[in-house]
Amino acid sequence: MHLHPEVASHDVYEEEHHGHHKETFISKYVFSMDHKTISKQFLITGIFWAIIGGFFSVLFRLQLGFPDQSFPFLETLFGHWAQGGKISPEFYYALITMHGTILVFFVLTAGLSGTYANLLIPLQIGARDMASPFLNMLSYWFFFMAGCVMLASLFITTGPAAGGWTIYPPLSALGEASIGSKLGMDLWLVSMALFIISSLLGGLNYISTILNMRTKGMSMTRMPLTIWALLFTAILGVLSFPVLLSGAILLLFDRNLGTSFFLSDIYIAGQALPNEGGSAILFQHLFWFLGHPEVYIIILPAMGIVSEILAISSRKPIFGYTAMVGSLFAITILAFLVWAHHMFVTGLNPFLGSVFTLLTLLIAVPSSIKVFNWLTTLWRGNIKFSPASLFSIGFVSMFISGGLTGIFLGNSAIDIHLHDTMFNIAHFHLVMGVAAFFAMFAGIYHWFPVMFGRYMNNTLGYIHFWITMIGAYLIFWPMHYQGFAGMPRRYLDKSSWASFSQFHELDKMITVVTIIVFAVQLMFVFNFFYSIYKGRKVTKQNPWGATTLEWTTPIRPGHGNWEGEIPEVHRWPYDFGKDGREFIPQTEPIGENESKH
Amino acid sequence: MQSFFIIAILVLGFLITFQIAKASEYVAILRGEEKARKQTNKINGFMLLVFLIVGLIGVYYCNEMLRGKILGTPASDHGVLIDRLIYITLAITFVVFLLTQIALFWFCYKYQESDNRQAYYYPHNNKLEVIWTVIPAITLSILVGFGIFYWFKITGAPPKGATIVEITGSQFKWEFRYAGKDKVLGKKYYKNIDGAANNPLGQLWDDPYNKDDVYSTGEPLRLVVNKPVELVINAKDVIHNVGLPHFRLKMDAVPGTPTTLWFTPKYTTKEMKEKTGNPNFVYEIACDQMCGKGHTGMRGEIEVITQSEYDMWMLSRKSQYLVANPDKDPAAPKPATDSLKIAAATTQPK
Repeated sequence: MHLHPEVASHDVYEEEHHGHHKETFISKYVFSMDHKTISKQFLITGIFWAIIGGFFSVLFRLQLGFPDQSFPFLETLFGHWAQGGKISPEFYYALITMHGTILVFFVLTAGLSGTYANLLIPLQIGARDMASPFLNMLSYWFFFMAGCVMLASLFITTGPAAGGWTIYPPLSALGEASIGSKLGMDLWLVSMALFIISSLLGGLNYISTILNMRTKGMSMTRMPLTIWALLFTAILGVLSFPVLLSGAILLLFDRNLGTSFFLSDIYIAGQALPNEGGSAILFQHLFWFLGHPEVYIIILPAMGIVSEILAISSRKPIFGYTAMVGSLFAITILAFLVWAHHMFVTGLNPFLGSVFTLLTLLIAVPSSIKVFNWLTTLWRGNIKFSPASLFSIGFVSMFISGGLTGIFLGNSAIDIHLHDTMFNIAHFHLVMGVAAFFAMFAGIYHWFPVMFGRYMNNTLGYIHFWITMIGAYLIFWPMHYQGFAGMPRRYLDKSSWASFSQFHELDKMITVVTIIVFAVQLMFVFNFFYSIYKGRKVTKQNPWGATTLEWTTPIRPGHGNWEGEIPEVHRWPYDFGKDGREFIPQTEPIGENESKH
Repeated sequence: MQSFFIIAILVLGFLITFQIAKASEYVAILRGEEKARKQTNKINGFMLLVFLIVGLIGVYYCNEMLRGKILGTPASDHGVLIDRLIYITLAITFVVFLLTQIALFWFCYKYQESDNRQAYYYPHNNKLEVIWTVIPAITLSILVGFGIFYWFKITGAPPKGATIVEITGSQFKWEFRYAGKDKVLGKKYYKNIDGAANNPLGQLWDDPYNKDDVYSTGEPLRLVVNKPVELVINAKDVIHNVGLPHFRLKMDAVPGTPTTLWFTPKYTTKEMKEKTGNPNFVYEIACDQMCGKGHTGMRGEIEVITQSEYDMWMLSRKSQYLVANPDKDPAAPKPATDSLKIAAATTQPK
């Protein structure tokens, strides 16, 4: 592998300018073009949103667990949205909508991909920065603006969007249908458009950086799995997000300009609307053509992070590197071919339903390859349980549990009973919610030394892991049973239903556990910020004994990452325990007598 | 006051945890960091094993606790198929769940860091990869096969002679229309909807098929036991969903795009009361697609009755055509003098 000429010239450019230009506070911390700073900006903004999104879930869990009780503090906080200390239905639906939107898009897409793609891509492939640091900065600031618009929508008189995070029209198109479909919905759509721009700018940058800016010797097959995962994630995002953008724009037209893309034959509030000929289902196709790849946009980086950390902590190479890359690739392709499994009960042509059942269940094959390979990576290892590795192990457990329930929902003949029930909630929270969060936590504990030159507190990390792990199962496991009973999601009080009111005690238990788990997350956030300033200082360049390039920089790397030359790569990133040596960094040339793997 | 205490306790617990965590760092330094780390490693390895065992007991316990509260007898032919497929899938996934979770936590415990062992350099084995590509693929083809076979049975054309009932969702109620003797639903147009003129569904009165269609709302949807029924599903305003947990079925109600769903109820409501031992048993219609602030309360009921009960009930109903156009009603009191006679005639049982 010889060095690409552009890479070389870029390198010289950076070398010449690095150290010469003076950095002001604004250019260093606010409008920074350093990928490491942008990564921190994404992470901290993600944490901000995660606290809000998590807090919303505590609020609506209070309503679900204690529907008859009144909580005066709610009225103090939210005024007429919680009159008499009881959450109003409009408020409840606003809460669940915002919970979903914030966590899916702002935390687990921007917060996860944004953080780790920015941090790891240049550091692990041996580049001084992204291909276009300026676009990278824009990517963050578009995300920031998207956040501002969404945040503003929480404070308007009619409240934020309240049609569910999937914003199906006509509910989301007609102000008469729901108070949340007034100004709040327009703001939601504008925010999402800005978010999509951010995601596209980021994604294009990640792809071009990975393809063009690898250091000498870093062939594609020597890239760490994190980079492979982030590459596929970026490709997914670039190909699918524009479809949601078109859906959002058409919906804005329907809402404000009187078009009929998604509206037809509607009689609402005592009036027949003039719109005819549109299709409400069309929107669902547009939405889920992004919406399904979106869950892989969330889970692929998580898989990459976990593969990396499991190998490092078990002191063994990741098992089946080629199969791991192959399965990531297979998931990426299949991600585009399964969206209609969210629509089995919309009146979809039954033949299409059967095709989508087949394609959906196919995804279980690459997924199970990944699980078996992780298990084999642990097998006969010498495992160190840092908080990062515990969260990675937790990820595998959650991914198994949540993945297996996907086999129920992906099968149309079962989905016709379980669709839109609590089973669905349990499934996707385990497999992409909790699991992706676990990988995000694992990554934070693992790469904190690279980001801030300090360690997080381990004891708090262990407490964080164990309570979250136990709590996540206590919250989501019993929901499967509620789903089997047919209990629909998005109901705020089941007491008037003969078929669903038997779970009252269970809901109480889930709510209590939710509050505890949320409190522990706050503890994690505290640990995070406290450790930035007061954590133990990192004294070793490579504290976890890892092989990849991000551990070859100075402990607090400046803009440009490496002083002097960029390291050259001679081997794949998983030479742990080879020839009796604990680990061999990627930068070490292949020895003469070294065995082949 | 209560919430103040709760917050105080949380903050206190938080501070204590934090102090312990900070102290543990100093203790580790005093005792030798490497030694402290190895001890923590042992504790966590053991905890993972405990988590596995307690977790599996928890799964069993949860199952025992909640088993009686879920899937009762499926009340439709389709429900029987769906339940069977659920149990087949459950059996397969539960075995996989057990094997993989046990392997995960057991490996973690067994292969935790030890000074006496070196990690085994084992980067790949193509034979193993093929095995665990092929086995899941075969298992899944079985599930896909069953799934698609059942799916076509469920979504295939309804048998001839199925009763046709239209069900229309709107914020936040269900309305029903029975096709009447001609077994065909008359045409409708949403701009004709006019509650004041007794035309809540917008039926076109010049369509002869509309003459005998019976409208009903605010009371249970009545179906005949062991007789296939085809639901024609509509919505007036936003998307709703006809969720039938006892029959294990659901289908969206989309404005502008009618959908259909057919099934055969197996037990009358009365039989289900006996079967479940619950004298208050009702079949419920749950809206499963979020439709606005009243979504939770969008409840309907189904009463499954015998054919003769159904016929009796139908006799007592007037078609909506006659309700909306009382002047066309042959039974309507035209001359005032005849009203007593006619009233007597209509109430007489057949």
